[in-house]
Amino acid sequence: MKLRSLIAAVFAASVAMGATAATAEEKTEFKVAWSIYVGWMPWGYLADSGIMDKWADKYGIDVEIVQINDYVESINLYTAGQFDGVSATNMDTLSIPAGGGVDTTALIVGDFSNGNDAIILKGEGALADLKGKPVNLVELSVSHYLLARGLDSVGLTEADLDKVINTSDADMIAAYGTSDVQAVVTWNPLVSTIMEQPGANKLFDSSDIPGEIIDMMVVNTETLADNPNFGKALVGAWYEVMALMEAGDEAALTAMAEASGTDLAGYKAQLASTEMFWKPADAVAFVESAELPTTMVNVAEFLFDKGILGEGAPSADFVGVAYPDGSTTGDPANVKLHYDTSFMKMAADGAL
Amino acid sequence: MRWINRKPGRPLGWILLLLPFLAVLAAYTIASDIRRAENPRDKLLPAPAAIVETAQRVLTQPDKRSGKILFWSDTAISLQRLAIGVGIAALIGLLIGMAIGLLPYVRSTLAGFVGVLSMVPPLAILPILFIIFGLGEVSKIALIAVGITPFLIRDMSLRVLEIPSEMMVKAQTLGATSFVIALRVALPQILPRLIQSVRLSLGPAWLFLIAAEAIASDAGLGYRIFLVRRYLAMDIILTYVVWITLLAFLIDYGLKTLGERAFPWFGKGGL
Repeated sequence: MKLRSLIAAVFAASVAMGATAATAEEKTEFKVAWSIYVGWMPWGYLADSGIMDKWADKYGIDVEIVQINDYVESINLYTAGQFDGVSATNMDTLSIPAGGGVDTTALIVGDFSNGNDAIILKGEGALADLKGKPVNLVELSVSHYLLARGLDSVGLTEADLDKVINTSDADMIAAYGTSDVQAVVTWNPLVSTIMEQPGANKLFDSSDIPGEIIDMMVVNTETLADNPNFGKALVGAWYEVMALMEAGDEAALTAMAEASGTDLAGYKAQLASTEMFWKPADAVAFVESAELPTTMVNVAEFLFDKGILGEGAPSADFVGVAYPDGSTTGDPANVKLHYDTSFMKMAADGAL
Repeated sequence: MRWINRKPGRPLGWILLLLPFLAVLAAYTIASDIRRAENPRDKLLPAPAAIVETAQRVLTQPDKRSGKILFWSDTAISLQRLAIGVGIAALIGLLIGMAIGLLPYVRSTLAGFVGVLSMVPPLAILPILFIIFGLGEVSKIALIAVGITPFLIRDMSLRVLEIPSEMMVKAQTLGATSFVIALRVALPQILPRLIQSVRLSLGPAWLFLIAAEAIASDAGLGYRIFLVRRYLAMDIILTYVVWITLLAFLIDYGLKTLGERAFPWFGKGGL
């Protein structure tokens, strides 16, 4: 009896402690998670090359960069409080951490997908021919969003399809090889692999909706407020690598290519369909543009429509998003996602 | 009295039975309280009350698009896949297992092959299974069957070989043919053991079912869990996990009862 209650107490304490490990207060050790995607490969490189350590030392802190094999799991871990920051898209940031009540700041806006996500049909046809066909994709992902936007552009909705079949991205290429599959929506490097197969027909891709699928580094708002040095170190390290990449540093690009399982040429091809913000000033201009609020409202509506904006969300405006000029979309009393350009501005001004 | 001879009375027995469950529930509640004190909308460990609320909603509210209550349609499709998959595996396991156990020619041919085959991890050759069985219903049933059949074949053949040779000899002296021996000597002793083996393989069968539904699907218990994981809806996931646990327990209990009722000669001790 005693032993059991002791075990219960230990269990509860360990769960709770693990859970509260990454809450805000001044601290010197930080953990950031990332997963493989063309625009996030710099995170792996800046950890391996020592650039992150250099910047962390400069600000007297310690930043550990951890690669997580499963993208959604990495965001879930961040939301659960195991990490101080994570690489994520604007859409998933809004639905998972922000929708889950974890106040999150978009610290670095790294790129937007400009062709990296695509709707691919087996054989001849156009977007309107998807009517009545099954479509394989990772449901509720940016692929799903792209499909919704694509169908919208030809006056169709998801109800006009035969059905959407949730298919793991790990098995997408094998799935495409089977006769059951007629159309898929997926992202790079899968898109380029599938397009190599005869008869693969790209109907619509993210370059048709530029600037809507945004890849970012998001961090816990409270942690950032209490530890501005954490933000400065991340941003400083990031733009040092960006400068290397823009200059075409072969060693850096080759390392990233190999880490993503391709070669230099393959990685460059993927970068071509990614609108990287090499310079912090470009990212700042993008975040401060008038299009971003429109995009976020679109995304929020999509998430609400699919019922994934959080339990009991009464409308698409349930979660508020704040922009650098102080304006908000959604519920201003429940702002859980902040676009903050102040750190990227410091990088642009050379103040780091 | 020595501790090994002390037994709890009936009421105390019940309390002791419930104790670990209550301890886990209490630990969960405490951990959930601590997390929600910090973030009232924490998704990882929702309050037990919130889970009950979600469960009620999931169990009764029809889906907007299809008009079906997804919980029940998911359950129906998953149980159907499980039943067909396990059924096929049990049938093949019984037939080939008996053949291997009884006929030395078949044993020489297949025993080694099945032994090797049972070591192949089915999840590792998924792409091949996709090409053979497609991505539809068949592939999910096939994954379950492929996953547990080798185990059942091996187990059945070993059980046949365990039948005392005196029995075989006696049946032969009474003039039984190979076929009659299979039907009248081996089968009655193997069927109850088949139920035992199926019970043991239900754990892996559920695993393969959920894996199959996670990979490519548009309905099912595993599909729903992996879908809502995308927005960390642990309240829904936990509802489904409790349900799957309950289903698995009930199926196991049902098979145990079936074994006892259908094969009384086998005795309770064996099950």
